[in-house]
Amino acid sequence: MASPETAWGGAPQDYRPSPRQLERERYRRSRRIRNRWIAALCTLAFVVLVCAAAVLSPGWARVRGTFLSWPEFTRTFPATLGGFWLNVQMFLVAEALILVLGLAVALVRTTRSPGLLPLRLAATGYVDVFRGTPTLLIIFVVGFGLPALQLQGTPSQPWVLGVIALVLSYAAYVGEVFRAGLNSVHPSQRNAARALGLSETQALRHVVLPQAVRNVVPPLLNDFVSLQKDTALVATIGPLEALRHAQISADYDFNYTPYLGAAVLFIAVTIPLARYTDRLQRRAMSKQWAAAG
Amino acid sequence: MRTVLAASAAAALALATAACAPTSSSSSGTASAADCGSVSSLSLFKSGQLTVATDSPAYEPWFAGNDPANGQGFESAVAYAVAAQLGFSKAQVKWVIEPFDSSYAPGKKDFDFDINEISITSQRAKAVDFSTGYYTADQGVLVLDKSQYANATSLSALKGARIGVQVATTSYQAVLDQIKPSQQPSVYNTTDDEINALQDGQVDAIVTDMPTVFYLASSELSGGKILGQFSYNGGSAPEQFGLLLQKGSKLTACVDKALGALESDGKLAQITTQWLSASADVPELKQ
Repeated sequence: MASPETAWGGAPQDYRPSPRQLERERYRRSRRIRNRWIAALCTLAFVVLVCAAAVLSPGWARVRGTFLSWPEFTRTFPATLGGFWLNVQMFLVAEALILVLGLAVALVRTTRSPGLLPLRLAATGYVDVFRGTPTLLIIFVVGFGLPALQLQGTPSQPWVLGVIALVLSYAAYVGEVFRAGLNSVHPSQRNAARALGLSETQALRHVVLPQAVRNVVPPLLNDFVSLQKDTALVATIGPLEALRHAQISADYDFNYTPYLGAAVLFIAVTIPLARYTDRLQRRAMSKQWAAAG
Repeated sequence: MRTVLAASAAAALALATAACAPTSSSSSGTASAADCGSVSSLSLFKSGQLTVATDSPAYEPWFAGNDPANGQGFESAVAYAVAAQLGFSKAQVKWVIEPFDSSYAPGKKDFDFDINEISITSQRAKAVDFSTGYYTADQGVLVLDKSQYANATSLSALKGARIGVQVATTSYQAVLDQIKPSQQPSVYNTTDDEINALQDGQVDAIVTDMPTVFYLASSELSGGKILGQFSYNGGSAPEQFGLLLQKGSKLTACVDKALGALESDGKLAQITTQWLSASADVPELKQ
């Protein structure tokens, strides 16, 4: 974009702002400074008010003691941290499997060939059932039901069963996200690819999928943040993860502070993940603009 | 427009502040002996009635048929005995549901006392008031008949076992301290989940308080075997169940007095033998 000086046609050094213009600029600057002060003071006043309301309330000492006890935090945090490693492992394994299964479900659902109808029906049925069922129930069924069948080769470690349940539940959501992405790519893209001589598979692989995936990165991240927290549900079938460790400490000592430790850990993973996705998105966007420009 | 916005924001803030204005809190203190004389002199959650809390579902043998109000089951019987001692009729006792996790939340409680197999520890007593203990709980070990641990006779023999416990119980700490298992114990939400895990072979043994072990072995589990019992004293004294009251409750002293009377006239012992199996013939597990 051109700068305003050259837009008037004159060279920049010829420009002499009129006293009126200077006055205007001074006024604008003073308003800007004034607004900044007002914003800062209001924010500060709000924070002080909220904190004062909490701290000066008659029950504050009890609340601080039960939710924000530093000795309790430091005493229970190592155990919570140890449990969190299990959350991270379950999350990473589940995420990879969910991406694969979700994409497969989405691809099956977007096929049109009449011969693939049974597959399409199966995929639709799977999504309907597993998206509508509470994750906790799926964890119970897989965690307690599957081993009860006493089949050869059934995994016996509860965390593995938990990951299977999470994958079944989340792949249904992620499959729908991918399908939305695939549908968001205009049909002309596929037609153009076909016209250039790409096969159906090549068009999908090199033209449709990259655009589809790029469009659904934010909702995918949403699901993964949610998945990361839902790894805590696996605790119901036995394994000791971060939130369960926190619950044990909290129930043993009658103090809620250990939950704070678990929250800190979950946030510590979620926020960098969100920033990283933001960066990916910005890069993809600028690439797209560059290509369009 | 901006002034209107600012004004309404300020008004909203003022409203919020007013809504959050501190409520006057009653000062805490201990009741003198005279305060426990009649129902009208007690400081109660709702005057004229004794509000007693427990979790739902209410498990056997502590309660019967998930109905705390029927007077059946050990804790229901204890609650009614304490109520009678305080001068309440059976009809004046009202039961409410209080999940264990929220029973120790700070602030006002919605009950006069909570009876829910809660073990007394000094750490917990920082957050709530406890009555004196009304039951001394030993830990019991339950295995399947066909288990490789079915013939274990000591705690150290269970070192290699995969052990299941229920969350929010002191059993978890008891297992860590006394058995010192080589694998982390598995922790379940309910005893039903524990039984499932035991039957599926996901754990080799479950550890919980003796009365629950008796109940599980007789009613919930076929092919189960009570391996033995061991006492766990989380710090100094043997573990006891106590009634949970709001921190600084004026009722605590009266409840203690009532429990003391039940203890000395033998009523508590009678309730215990009526509802809880005698654990005398269960072998003691030593290191």
